[in-house]
Formats: sequence, C-alpha cells, structure tokens
Amino acid sequence: MTYDLIVLGSGPAGLSAAVTARGRNKSVLVIGNRWQDSPLARAERIDNYLGMPGLTGVEMLEAFQRHAQEMGVEMVTGKVLSIMEWEGFHLTVGSQIYQGSALILAPGVVRQAKFPGEEQYLGRGVSYCATCDGMLYRNKPVAVVGRSKDAPHEAAYLKSIGCQVVYVAPKRPEELAEDIPFIQAAKLAVKGEQTVTALEADGADIPVNGVFILREAVAPGDLLPGLTFQDGAIQVDRSMATSVPGVFAAGDVTGAPLQVSKAVGEGLIAALSACEYLDRRGAN
Amino acid sequence: MALQHYNKESFDKSLSEGKLMMVDFWANWCGPCRMLGPVIEQLASQYEGKAEVGKVDVDEQGELAMRYGVMSIPTVIFFKNGKEIDRKVGVMPAGAFTQVLDQNL
Repeated sequence: MTYDLIVLGSGPAGLSAAVTARGRNKSVLVIGNRWQDSPLARAERIDNYLGMPGLTGVEMLEAFQRHAQEMGVEMVTGKVLSIMEWEGFHLTVGSQIYQGSALILAPGVVRQAKFPGEEQYLGRGVSYCATCDGMLYRNKPVAVVGRSKDAPHEAAYLKSIGCQVVYVAPKRPEELAEDIPFIQAAKLAVKGEQTVTALEADGADIPVNGVFILREAVAPGDLLPGLTFQDGAIQVDRSMATSVPGVFAAGDVTGAPLQVSKAVGEGLIAALSACEYLDRRGAN
Repeated sequence: MALQHYNKESFDKSLSEGKLMMVDFWANWCGPCRMLGPVIEQLASQYEGKAEVGKVDVDEQGELAMRYGVMSIPTVIFFKNGKEIDRKVGVMPAGAFTQVLDQNL
C-alpha cells in the first residue's frame, strides 16, 4: 500500500501532522501503538493547552483521534520493525509492508539505552522480531525480555512454534500464559561467545540460545541509521527536517519541552514541510 | 532468470565454482525480508554476469541456514572462492550491498 505520507506515532504530534497533511489533500497513514497506551492517556488533567483547560489525557486523545479520523487519516496499530529507503520509504509492521514518499517521525520518547551485550550480539542471538526469527529457534531455549504490552502475546507465539521460552521482566504481566516460566529481574545483560549463550538476569545466568528484546518501539536511530541526534533527541532544523531527505520529526522525539502544544505545533510544521517536499518532488 | 533460488545442490555447485555470490537468507513469514526482496531482485539484474545473486528460503533449506549459523533474517552473506567474505544482518540500504560487491568484483 502506497501513501504520500507515513507518520510514525499516534500521539499529539503525529495526529497534528496527519490532519495538516490531509488538509493539503495528501494520503496519510499513521502507524502507532494503541492511543490508550500513550503516556498522555495517564495524565489526569492538562491545564496548559490553550483555550481548553481541565481536560483529561484520555479526553484530549479521543478528540485528537476523532479529528484525524474525520479528516480521512488511515491508521494502523502496531510497531514499525524496520524502515528501508528505496523508491521513497518502505516500512514493516509485523508481516505487513507499507510504502510512503515522505516520512514524519513522531514516536514520542523512545528509550534508546540498550542492555550490555545487546548491540554486540544483534543478529547472533539477539532479535527484535519474534515473527521473523522465532522459527530459527525451534526446540531451543530462548528468553523473552518483555518491555512492551504485546510481549506476552509474542512469548506465546514463540512457545506455540516450539521454542522453550522463559519470560524475563521486572514484574509478571497479567496477560502472560501460565505455562510460560517467569523470571523476575530488572538488571539484564546478554552474554555469549560467537553467539548468545546466556542472559544474565540480576546476576544469575539463564542459559539460552536466543534473546528476544521486545520494547514498545524500535528506536528511530536503529530504524534509520542516517539520522543525527543531539543530546538524545533527533536533530531537526526550523522546518522540522532531519538529516535524512524526506524525513521530518515532531514532538517529544525532538526534545524538551515535552508538552502537548509544542508537539501539536511541531506536527503542523513537519507536515507542511513534508507537503512542500512532496510537491517539489512531484514537480520534478 | 538472473535471480537464483537456491536449494542445497545448486548452492553448493555455485559455491564450488568459486564465483562471487550474494545470498539473501529469507522467509515468507518475515515482513522485513519481503520488503528487502525487490532490492535483491534489482541487484541480481544489475550485477548479472559479474556476480551471482540468489535467495535461500530458510524454511525450505533449513540445513543451509544452519550451516551458516543464520540466527536472524534477513541475513545477506557474500561468498568468493567458496568462502564467506562478509555478511549483513537486517534490512540495509542497497548501497551497503553494492559496496561489498564492488570491492570484490
């Protein structure tokens, strides 16, 4: 499926960008987690959004969602696993592929910090995609490092195809199937020789061949290696353009202040810049 | 017909001939692999006569995937003179592959 613009993130920045681009008659797809899982949904009261003080986070998100839907924004719930620059941009969400001519990154605050050994053993036992790599670990012991809402579901999938699954997290999630062993641990490290041999969890080694690290979102720097960062935030100019042509960013991912009105404003600018990029590209 | 779809026999035959090979280990259930597919196809035509570009379905050719310790897909492995010379794990821009091919032509 091909769109003019793909927006990563369904929070205030992403939806503001999407609504703006729809207003310029571009086809827009928003890919994000469930809005109910947005950090904003946990806000009891927002008093500094101009003209409408006192709304709860949920009320605000519902209004934003409704607006985007009324404007004809298409939405997909899920996590973007990889992005490829090739004839525009290709993105994978689960086993689905989407194509867009321009991209806006508005994923919110994404934890960039990695576990010791994670980077070193990526592709040699460390995986971010249970659907992609699970089959390569059939009949083998694997650890699922659960850091996302859908991690228990992914763990169940790995078990169903024959992996010997251990679930590791600071707290046992309610959704975790009872027949999957759970280990409570917060301090983790991946250990190995040529390939992964163990996951160290609070000082104790769990012998495994694979470690599936499942976070809420893949960090933008891992999705698009060409992006530049400053103090952990995506570096953008006044038009919200990143270092990658055709890619714009908005909201918390570009840095403080982490406020709704800042995110909405940046989403608008990013979308106008993306539309200009598309029109220039179309004209050539 | 530029793009090869290897099984164990055809893979070993090409390997024993010592040619420069670029082999994409993939599977249909893997979204990122399918996304990379058109790039691999384009490189197969682009390098026709200079390098052999092919694919190994890890579902059908599990033995080959195991032989090369493929633990994450897509994985693209380069061979020359029958030996592995480089590998790229995960989705990469086309330039990452052409760089290795061009250096080894």
